[in-house]
Amino acid sequence: MANNSSHITDYKVLTRVLLVLMFLTFLTISVTSYNLAAFTVTIALLIAGVKSFLVLSYFMHLKYESLLLRILVSIVFVLFALIVLITFIDYSYR
Amino acid sequence: MTHNTVDKIEYVSFLEHKGKYKGLFSWIFATDHKRIALLYLYAIATFFFVGAILGLLMRLELIAPGETIMKPQTYNGIFTVHGIIMIFMVVIPGLSAVFGNFFLPILIGAKDVAFPKLNLFSWWVFIFGSVLAVASQFMKDGPPDTGWTFYAPYSTATGTNVIMATTAAFVLGFSSILTGLNFLVTIHQMRAPGMKFFNMPLFPWAIYATAWIQLLATPIIGITLLMLIAERLFGIGFFDPNLGGDPILFQHLFWIYSHPAVYVMILPAMGVITEIIPTFCQRRVYGYKAIALSSVAIAGVGFLVWGHHMYTSGMSNQARWFFSLLTFVVAVPSAIKVFNWLSTMYKGSIDLKPPFLYAVSFIFLFIIGGTTGLLLGSVATNVQVHDTAFIVAHFHYIIFGGMGFAFFAAIHYWLPKMYGKMYNFKRANIAWAIIFVGFNLLYFPQFILGFQGMPRRYFDYLPQFQTGEVISSIGGFILVSGLILMVYNLVMGVRKGEPSPANPWNGSTLEWQIPSPPSIENFDEAPVIKKNPYDYN
Repeated sequence: MANNSSHITDYKVLTRVLLVLMFLTFLTISVTSYNLAAFTVTIALLIAGVKSFLVLSYFMHLKYESLLLRILVSIVFVLFALIVLITFIDYSYR
Repeated sequence: MTHNTVDKIEYVSFLEHKGKYKGLFSWIFATDHKRIALLYLYAIATFFFVGAILGLLMRLELIAPGETIMKPQTYNGIFTVHGIIMIFMVVIPGLSAVFGNFFLPILIGAKDVAFPKLNLFSWWVFIFGSVLAVASQFMKDGPPDTGWTFYAPYSTATGTNVIMATTAAFVLGFSSILTGLNFLVTIHQMRAPGMKFFNMPLFPWAIYATAWIQLLATPIIGITLLMLIAERLFGIGFFDPNLGGDPILFQHLFWIYSHPAVYVMILPAMGVITEIIPTFCQRRVYGYKAIALSSVAIAGVGFLVWGHHMYTSGMSNQARWFFSLLTFVVAVPSAIKVFNWLSTMYKGSIDLKPPFLYAVSFIFLFIIGGTTGLLLGSVATNVQVHDTAFIVAHFHYIIFGGMGFAFFAAIHYWLPKMYGKMYNFKRANIAWAIIFVGFNLLYFPQFILGFQGMPRRYFDYLPQFQTGEVISSIGGFILVSGLILMVYNLVMGVRKGEPSPANPWNGSTLEWQIPSPPSIENFDEAPVIKKNPYDYN
């Protein structure tokens, strides 16, 4: 049942992704100097989400995996988002 | 212990196989999934009896009002230790680690799990975590007195061994994650040729859904317990309102894991029952796809209902409404399974052997546990019985009546395959009857006591509750005597029982097509799957 084919990613692509990740890390630190009130955590989570997406897609080769595997990993993120959202149903109305 | 029906000179069972090491080392360093399963079985059985003795001590204390055999602080320690041992060391790993390890690869036609060394490492991590948990009870600050839920803010302030106990739970969580990961990869990558997802037996389906929960939910409790440790050591203020923290956040994080953990306990139990019922009715399982997908649905929706443990915590009303709605939704896939089991039995050639008796008891007790769960899912009734003996009864009907009886069903079903020996049926039936009566006598009165207002985790009570408490305690002693008889019968079966044929129950799934006990490689050659696993008709 196994699909043992592997994909070799070009160094140029990996370098570009690394640069984008470094920029996003810089951005994460930079935005803390602004008072974004309730959106502070939201912005931090959004940037972290983009970084995770890039790491999963390129460094962990998810972009080149089967559709089933990509769907399964996507479900994990949807689940995480739902858990955060539902928790905030409590905090928003308390 | 060579197999008595298969005439193969080369056949050597996994119990007799000579590997790299000898004696004890051939077990504790074994990477064979079947040996690791037995390692888990012996460890978990030992912990279960320790937990049961602690439970019995609680029942002795509650046999009369006032101080009977122990001080209040000792009682607090004992119910906490009972909970930690039973939850983290028995029921969460129980079915998955023992029967999942032994039978998942065989049921999907594989030689072993995907990562055998990781599997052994998971067992060692489990043992290390268990030693830490037990040690936390004997260190100088005394056993933790928080209950197994470690609720903040009390757990951040009590002077007992909370840090060690939570570290133990953290370590045990790693074992659970690694086992879940191993099983997921095994199911995705190692199914026999021709075995699609929808002709895989239903126990592996249940293990598959369970493994997702283990993989995704367990890290959350790990982080939560680390936050608690950090709070105690450094006063960070995650949960302390004086420092800007929120104690309800702990409950959210704790139950985001611990409610799905209930499904880690019960989903494999449902898988076991789904294997046993078609075999002892000699009927194709009714609603195969519905049962398979309901496991996934329970795992999915089960992630989103944690708040029903927190209706009285001070959570917002909107959240209570939302969690109540989802709790009723999660009952649907559970009910689908029950209806399908009953439909499978309908017009079947029912054979009342011990595994089937335990399986039917499971359905009966699970229905009581499940329907009282709906009563707790409704906010209005929940606030009346929250933190009363009603919760204790409901919880034990689900966990012991569900997971526990399924475990006993599984051991009676698969023991002939695991050891190649058969136990005494008459003694097994008597033990089942004693356990069933004792269980109901122990826990059913607690529904009534809870309705009448008897709080849970209380060392003392008003005289009006004594009748119920005495009946409950008598039930506890009957239950334990039944358990002793059951274990005696199984041990005698393994040591002196008649050799078992390869397929004593006329089962149709793959484990019954190989010798008892299986060889180290399980199959001489990989089986090719061409039909439904429950093809009796």
